[in-house]
Amino acid sequence: MEVLKIATAGSVDDGKSTLIGRILYDTKSLTSDKLDAIKKTSKQKGYDYLDFSLATDGLVAEREQGITIDVAHIYFSTQTKSYIIADTPGHVEYTRNMVTGASTSQAAIILIDARKGVIEQTNRHFFINNLLRVKDVIVAINKMDLVDFSEEIYNKIKADFKKLMDKRDYQEQNITFIPVSALKGDNVVHKSKHTPWYKGQTLLEHFEQLDTEDIYNIGTPRFPIQYVIRPKTEEFHDFRGYAGKVYGGQLSVGDEVVALPSQTKSKIKEIFVYDQAYQTASRRSSVTITLEDDINVSRGDMLVKIDDLPAIERQFTATISWMDSQNLVTGNKYVLQHGVNKVLAKVDTIHHKIHPDYSGIEENIQALGMNDIASVTFKLNKPIFYDPFKNHRTNGSFILIDSQSNNTVGAGFIQ
Amino acid sequence: MKISTKSNPVEVSSSRAKGPLLDTSKINPLENEAIYIIREVAAQFEKPVLLFSGGKDSITLVRLAQKAFYPAKIPFPLMHIDTGHNFPETIAFRDQLVKELGLELIVRNVQDSINQGKVKEESGRYASRNSLQTTTLLDAIEEFKFDACIGGARRDEEKARAKERIFSVRDDFGQWDEKNQRPELFDMLNGQIQLGQNVRVFPISNWTELDVWSYIERENIEIPSIYFAHTRATFLRDGLIWSSDDDVVFRDEDEVVENRVVRFRTVGDMSCTAAVLSEAADIASVVQEIRDSTISERGARIDDKRSEAAMEKRKQQGYF
Repeated sequence: MEVLKIATAGSVDDGKSTLIGRILYDTKSLTSDKLDAIKKTSKQKGYDYLDFSLATDGLVAEREQGITIDVAHIYFSTQTKSYIIADTPGHVEYTRNMVTGASTSQAAIILIDARKGVIEQTNRHFFINNLLRVKDVIVAINKMDLVDFSEEIYNKIKADFKKLMDKRDYQEQNITFIPVSALKGDNVVHKSKHTPWYKGQTLLEHFEQLDTEDIYNIGTPRFPIQYVIRPKTEEFHDFRGYAGKVYGGQLSVGDEVVALPSQTKSKIKEIFVYDQAYQTASRRSSVTITLEDDINVSRGDMLVKIDDLPAIERQFTATISWMDSQNLVTGNKYVLQHGVNKVLAKVDTIHHKIHPDYSGIEENIQALGMNDIASVTFKLNKPIFYDPFKNHRTNGSFILIDSQSNNTVGAGFIQ
Repeated sequence: MKISTKSNPVEVSSSRAKGPLLDTSKINPLENEAIYIIREVAAQFEKPVLLFSGGKDSITLVRLAQKAFYPAKIPFPLMHIDTGHNFPETIAFRDQLVKELGLELIVRNVQDSINQGKVKEESGRYASRNSLQTTTLLDAIEEFKFDACIGGARRDEEKARAKERIFSVRDDFGQWDEKNQRPELFDMLNGQIQLGQNVRVFPISNWTELDVWSYIERENIEIPSIYFAHTRATFLRDGLIWSSDDDVVFRDEDEVVENRVVRFRTVGDMSCTAAVLSEAADIASVVQEIRDSTISERGARIDDKRSEAAMEKRKQQGYF
């Protein structure tokens, strides 16, 4: 069964946690003990209705303050799909959390409060989902119950949002509008009686019919070597297998490949998962590959098809999402992790900051602070083998690690 | 319903087979992810260890680790933090598994930590050694200088666990700083740490209870007998079915022992794991039962009922 990951984005009080709780409740994914806990706590707090946000806000501080602090993962399944929802908080460190949530998701929900319409935060949520090339975006116009399920208000918000869509970089992104009330359950899982003017699908119906194969980024096959398997036993005396995950496309036995950076050529001899041999390794599968020739390949190297090489460069420009409280400054050095490969990177030039609300760019930038997005050129101590992010979501992205704190301080998308 | 429980996606049975070969697209995406994570541990750390409790989640981890490195052996040991209050069936199973697979097993005992005066045994009706494990675990990590501990925790188990990273950094005191976690982007895992720190790794973070059971069924993995329906001496307390063992579990005189047909859905200590009434005697019936269940897995964990934040508090102190 396919797994679909969905990121959620919304401002404080847009009702994200309530929406997720509603989905869980209406798909009968909330177990009776969890539901009892929600009923008990809602009653204690003197609410008139069930506070579904209690299903997801897990940390003490979150419950105390009634906010979501950290990305939470919520699981449920239907007859056709398994779902993982990344609930990303909308305030402090919002960019960092949203970029993180969107990076592993194929679909996203952007929540808009029907009473407030498109606000600056909405621009940001859309910008980031577009930057990260999330294939399928739902714009859920929430709290429709508080505006009398007005078609006029819904259409106004839709028109406002469409103005944003003209500005987006990734034009092929699928965007769908749905009027909902998370609190009352309208058009979330069940069709609403209050919106006869809305002929579209409910939120869940939309996700159910998504072709998960189609929304995963498809590119050319890239096989970064994670680990070299050398059993050194009697039975497997000469076995030398290259373990890793296939990205982008598929690889088959007999394919002519080249190992990077050595540029040595060989052919795929066998493909294994555990003790089973396969003809073809599909994208996203973790396999072990053996080659016809005994060549020197180690972790961080990459196998690619002979007629389909990535860029092999020691310098490139990328869009950076900065996530640390310490600034990124020209001349700083970081560990750059590209897939499983690590190199040293030096900040060569900060070209400009990009306002993630579509209000333009800012030039003459000396430093980047937390939540900044910018175009930056890096110089590397060794070449990496990459594709532009727009062609390859995995082989076109990297993270930056501070070598003092060891923290992940930024994410990059190669232009 | 998560994993296809149809027959194995491949018809060939050994690496030497020459028959019609298929592609890997039918392999469960969660299995692919877990194998990737386990390989990252072996590649990025010097002294990893797999924390093994004898429960279904850690047994699943062992199978995934086998798959990750085959035909080589699993390149790290297993470690069991033994509270001394385990179900005997679990311990017997553990020893058998280690022997069959030729794995290295390290056992460290909570009893030793008690004898050394490092922790104090709880007393009273709800006394359990569950939270005492933390001290023994942290001491063992220091003793062996482990820099990565692989565990079978899942995000769907509990609300605090839903906030956990796949690579979760712990400081010298084993503490989890839940408000200051590293962002995890795409599937890049940052395992860089300072001396004294270690990383807790959760390869089956994204699996649900049903995913684990379906996988056990599909892979034909052996699990301890207590997961299946059997007759057991039990008593009732707070609406839960407790296993009666007067050496380990405190029981009031008015709590009457009765034989019931039960099974365990989650296996921790006898003193903190409740049984459920069940007729499910084989793996297929267990999977069906989980599918139909309206109670969460940790609903049978007495340790989580202590307070709403019970798990978060234990995790901050270094609990798994």
